[in-house]
Amino acid sequence: MKYYDKLIFELSKEGRKGYTLPENRMKEYALSALSEGLKRTNEPELPEVSEFDVVRHYTNISNKNFGVDTGFYPLGSCTMKYNPKINEEISSLPAFACLHPLQPASTVQGALEVYYNLSHALAEIAGLEEFTLNPFAGAHGELTGLMVMRQYHMKRGDLKRTKVIVPDSAHGTNPASAAVCGLQVVEVKSKPDGRIDVEDLKPLLDDTIAGIMMTNPNTLGLFESEVLEIAKLVHACGGLLYYDGANLNPLLGKCRPGDMGFDIMHINLHKTFSTPHGGGGPGSGPVGVTKALVDYLPNPQVRKAADGTFYLHHSEDSLGRVSGFVGNFAVMMRAYTYILSLGKEYIKYVGPLATLNANYIKESLKDAYYLPIEGICKHEFVFDGLADKSTGVTTLDVAKRLLDYGYHAPTIYFPLLFHQSIMIEPTETESLETLDEFIDVMHRVAKEAIECPDDVKTAPHHTPVRRLDETTAAKHPILNYRDLMAL
Amino acid sequence: MSKVIEGLYYSESHEWVKVEGNYGYIGITDYAQHALGNIVYVDMPDVDDEVEKDSEFGAVESVKAASDLISPVSGTVVEVNEALNDQPELLNQDAFANWIIKVELSDSTELDSLMDAKAYEAICKE
Repeated sequence: MKYYDKLIFELSKEGRKGYTLPENRMKEYALSALSEGLKRTNEPELPEVSEFDVVRHYTNISNKNFGVDTGFYPLGSCTMKYNPKINEEISSLPAFACLHPLQPASTVQGALEVYYNLSHALAEIAGLEEFTLNPFAGAHGELTGLMVMRQYHMKRGDLKRTKVIVPDSAHGTNPASAAVCGLQVVEVKSKPDGRIDVEDLKPLLDDTIAGIMMTNPNTLGLFESEVLEIAKLVHACGGLLYYDGANLNPLLGKCRPGDMGFDIMHINLHKTFSTPHGGGGPGSGPVGVTKALVDYLPNPQVRKAADGTFYLHHSEDSLGRVSGFVGNFAVMMRAYTYILSLGKEYIKYVGPLATLNANYIKESLKDAYYLPIEGICKHEFVFDGLADKSTGVTTLDVAKRLLDYGYHAPTIYFPLLFHQSIMIEPTETESLETLDEFIDVMHRVAKEAIECPDDVKTAPHHTPVRRLDETTAAKHPILNYRDLMAL
Repeated sequence: MSKVIEGLYYSESHEWVKVEGNYGYIGITDYAQHALGNIVYVDMPDVDDEVEKDSEFGAVESVKAASDLISPVSGTVVEVNEALNDQPELLNQDAFANWIIKVELSDSTELDSLMDAKAYEAICKE
């Protein structure tokens, strides 16, 4: 049923219903009292289908899905690691899953304890003083972190600091978050070895700089070896250092952003701490800060009283609220379960194994794909297209061809430092056999690019849909069945 | 191989200027449209906006990335190419035939710092 592509509305047969509605308990409300503008004039257009139709329909659609549970997913900078099923088991315990966010703190002590313990575990892992778990996603965490940075400068009465330095290799969310926070972005260049150019940074540092945003290892998977020097320079000019936690995975239990001189950071629980993601959520972007910045964190903050109970604290100096309640709780439960499952004895193997896997693929493929920056990488690396570019086969073609072999495509055309970027991150949870199979397929595609380039340029051939018209999709998006029916 | 046209001025950030009297037509090069891929949106300034040499005056969005447009010259925008609002793909079809903005030049000596076709072709090969 790979080619199943019906809409639930197309299955609809008038009068075929798989449900019965409960008795109307709103009889005492007189609909006639509603003003005309509030009354609906048409019956709702709901599909009329049997329960069996519904089950088959959604099962067939779900079979077309690709996820980390169905195959290798080497998406760079996204850390698509295995999400252990015990995470699901714990997070769905009714004692946690059935809580209401408006319950008084005295009735949700267990949940607040999980929040408190997780935030302190993250603080230990990151080398920072305290974490808020309130932000809902990585980009939300970035914005919250920058708001902490701005609040810090404003509370000191230092209003000139309106600029944030962002490296040219940064994730696209960095400049976007800075702009949303009302800060001006200044770009710092990379050196030919892919790391921040300290000499290019120096002249940018003055009393208008609020701080710098960095990812370490950066988006090329390279450790920013001059980070201590950068931290010294930025602090000397009065700015703060922000750490984008998207690439935290290789550092877990080995080294800590706080020890590198970072003042503020966010963590993507959905990447590093094995909670499901992709397709837009749910995420969680906790933000950690040094001791000097704790009071600026968003409200409410979860604190522990002297008698061991937990309560919600509201700080006077806080930047305010960034979420209705205290974040995506079910995601926190999964991350907490993951941390406790590994414990501090095993969490330190995550980074080295992720790094080993990435280097193994990189070294095995650099004969067929162009590696612009040699040397040891961390958890991910970037090829600049095929080694042999004479065939005209592009990175996009390679990515599409991989779908035919049952792999999710790597991240492509990012970072923007190269024209044909292919960014691969295998994570620590893949076996040697999976890595070897992927390396074989990548070699096979490189060979096809030379021997039968047209097969690659017209790929994919074996997927439910062929190459999509991305231009039309971007210009005239069809987002729901009404758009489709209107065509 | 990307096309380069004689008689235009080129910048390192892959914009071209075609000079007619005191006016300059500014667009992106064939190399740039090729590198960007399918273009889906062109963000252009308004008429009467000032543009400054080496500063951003808009952006081109493709299915791959969004790229700032950097003005190779300073001056005042006297016209924008409205056709690109509906058909941004014109830049892919012929990047040199479809200018983006027309600018009244405020300092024609700035043109001296730009490249000719031969010099630009050389940097594209690098």
